[in-house]
Amino acid sequence: MAETLNFELVSPERKLASTEAEAVTIPGMLGDLTAMHNHAPFLTNLRPGYVVVRNGTSEEGYFVTGGFAEISNNAVSVLAEEAVERSAVNRAFIEEKIARSEQTLADAAPARKQAALQKLNDYKALLGQVPG
Amino acid sequence: MPNLKDLKNRISSVKSTRKITSAMKMVAAAKLRRAQEAAEAARPYAERMDAVLANLARAARGSQTAPRLLRGTGAEQVHLLVVATAERGLCGGFNSSIVRLAKRAADKLIGAGKTVKILTVGKKGREQMRRDYAQYFIGHVDHGGIRRIGYADANAVAEDILARFDSGEFDVATLFYSEFRSVMSQIPTEQRLIPAAVDDDDDDASGTVINYEYEPDEDEILADLLPQNLAVQIFRGLLENGASEQGARMSAMDSATRNAGDMIDRLTIQYNRSRQAAITNELIEIISGAEALQG
Repeated sequence: MAETLNFELVSPERKLASTEAEAVTIPGMLGDLTAMHNHAPFLTNLRPGYVVVRNGTSEEGYFVTGGFAEISNNAVSVLAEEAVERSAVNRAFIEEKIARSEQTLADAAPARKQAALQKLNDYKALLGQVPG
Repeated sequence: MPNLKDLKNRISSVKSTRKITSAMKMVAAAKLRRAQEAAEAARPYAERMDAVLANLARAARGSQTAPRLLRGTGAEQVHLLVVATAERGLCGGFNSSIVRLAKRAADKLIGAGKTVKILTVGKKGREQMRRDYAQYFIGHVDHGGIRRIGYADANAVAEDILARFDSGEFDVATLFYSEFRSVMSQIPTEQRLIPAAVDDDDDDASGTVINYEYEPDEDEILADLLPQNLAVQIFRGLLENGASEQGARMSAMDSATRNAGDMIDRLTIQYNRSRQAAITNELIEIISGAEALQG
């Protein structure tokens, strides 16, 4: 049997998933990363993107808007600001997020402009990848 | 003594009041269950957040580069009181006890020569605070149209507070809400929001400090996490408040229903007595009339 780690996805409102997984891919702020058994303790914040959980041949995906992920003791906890199942993501969903981040960017204090701009660009990049 | 018709009317009006209060109790019970579930569901996130933040804060403690949200502005002159209450009344002492706690804190701060600013969340708190503290008001967040408090609502409040903090409007922020213990007991609580109240004792129960690798780096993650933590704290406060409100309303409506029942019993006895007295009176009149004819 392949070695697994414990995966948990929680948003402020509820717990979305809690399973065993062989590999978990996380959209880290500086790039995607995949955690497997015995990954070193790791903490990163997230950019908007997909969290993919693999178990053998089966695969489950979630979309997160941000937050952070913690890897320690063979457990991956993703604390998402907002998370939905991958199937719920479509063009309209992303477009709404883009509109909202543009608003945030416009309102943001100078110190937060950079982060807001990055988020907006992340969403724009995602727009090309989603089915209509 | 009131006449029979009046008594009858009063009994029926108290009966319909009882019907309303018992219906409100049922509704509050159902809402309470939902509010409790929501509060429960939010717990894992908040606990994780606390753990990670404590870990980071331990590392950043004492450092001059620590974000201002953690270390504060260095002054304690201007205090922001965030008073979270319900949008509706008829829930016993729920709103007043939060407001009382907030007023006591405000008086103490004013007495110590500090500047106080007040931000209210929830209509009832605004109404009650405005009587004495209108000049300190800087804002109000209306949650009147919202049926279920979502994270986005809490986040909006947090962003409002953050924007004010960034523009230097205050040094210390405190949240007032009511913690839910049980249906019978809700405890008005004050919690410091800024600078973040983080449990960064070295000797905590878990003991093992994990050496994480950080990406991008500790400071950046911390700077990103603290605003989120603020939103989470407010979200938790609002959810606790939601459960407390329904709990308080449930017990208030329960005792109102019971009072109405007692009142109906009392009025019914009075009604029966008056009715008997009226019958006796009539009998006496008939008998004495008959006797007068005989004599």
